[in-house]
Amino acid sequence: MFRWVVARDLKLAWRRRADVLSTLFFFVIVVSLFPLGIGPEMQLLRSIAPGVVWVAALLASMLSLGRVFENDYHDGTLEQMLLTPQPLYLVVLGKIVAQWLVSELPLVLMAPLLGIQFGLARNTLSILFVSLLIGTPVLSLIGSVGAALTLGLRGGGVLIALLILPLYIPVLIFGAGAVDASVIGASPLANIYLLGAALVLSLVFAPWATSAALRISLE
Amino acid sequence: MLEAVNLGCARGERRLFSNLNFSVTPGTLLQLVGPNGSGKTSLLRMLCGLLAPEEGEIRWRGENIRSLGEEYFSDLTYIGHRNGLKEELSSLENLTISAGLAGRGASHNEARNILGKMGLEGRENLPARLLSEGQRRRSALARLLSWSTSLWLLDEVLTSLDEAAVVLMKSLIEDHLSSGGMAIVATHQELNLSSGKFERLELATGIPGGAAPLGWAS
Repeated sequence: MFRWVVARDLKLAWRRRADVLSTLFFFVIVVSLFPLGIGPEMQLLRSIAPGVVWVAALLASMLSLGRVFENDYHDGTLEQMLLTPQPLYLVVLGKIVAQWLVSELPLVLMAPLLGIQFGLARNTLSILFVSLLIGTPVLSLIGSVGAALTLGLRGGGVLIALLILPLYIPVLIFGAGAVDASVIGASPLANIYLLGAALVLSLVFAPWATSAALRISLE
Repeated sequence: MLEAVNLGCARGERRLFSNLNFSVTPGTLLQLVGPNGSGKTSLLRMLCGLLAPEEGEIRWRGENIRSLGEEYFSDLTYIGHRNGLKEELSSLENLTISAGLAGRGASHNEARNILGKMGLEGRENLPARLLSEGQRRRSALARLLSWSTSLWLLDEVLTSLDEAAVVLMKSLIEDHLSSGGMAIVATHQELNLSSGKFERLELATGIPGGAAPLGWAS
């Protein structure tokens, strides 16, 4: 069941590659604009890099969130999924996993490369990678609740940002904090652990809240 | 057996129906008729559990469908206004994926046979967006055949189907009823089945604020 949902969404994403690429390009361009605008001041760039990369990742994930349920809602496949004899939790989790694989994983893989523009050291780049690897699933999970709540609303895109961005703040603080710590030579582990805790918590609660929100949105 | 007990529905300020009682026994077709906006779609969505009843309850084999949850979903197939097809996927992919999601994986050959039966032979691999409205409808209806459920809930099932498809659909419903299935169909067209028990439920237009008068004919 779970497998079917993931496979289906990956197949659909492949048939609509342009959508997926636009998120990635957005991320690459936003991150690259800062070194170009600020100029080659290594010290400054190094200290803003964690925040810039993380904020760009948050914004890029907002871009792709609207699509998680919207298309399925309009063509009626979402109501069919609600009527399947399996727990809705699994359907929702499958959709979130697929969304992460398609829209967030490419950003995570791209981030170390972009970090080079900011003159980050090698071990800082690996911390950046790890923090995004643990943090972006949290973004997808929390974001799915917002996507489900604003489903079918006009101007849902703005509303999603208002609902979800405040909830992203802890992820931003711990994620950027881990990279920051590594820039100044301190241990990033505390922040990484906190991100891990956020991931476990959202993994348990977000799909459940999203399922409830979907049932309400489809009434 | 499906029972509706004192069912009531309001959409926004408008009361569509209230105190609706009926039951559907195996081998019965219940046709929902009524003018546009009388609550046929709302009733069907309630019966399949997408919409929570404002008042009253729906029982499936004696148990409230709210407490049955997913167990109830494995007994029903709902085909609504929206076909539930992915435009980017072919009919074949759409059918195998929805069978997979329903937990009854269908092989490609099986799915191909079913689509052939629905008159989509040779078009199984076309993306759904290239199909005509009627062909899309046929492709959605193929779900009824790909796994057997005892309760069919069909909303305006005959729209945009050609004559041959209407005849085909009627024979599918007849077969379903004769094997002990139940069907609830909202349609404006006469179904005129040659076999099976047939009942009609008329929903009158809702009166704002008040209870709707209700016709019950057999």
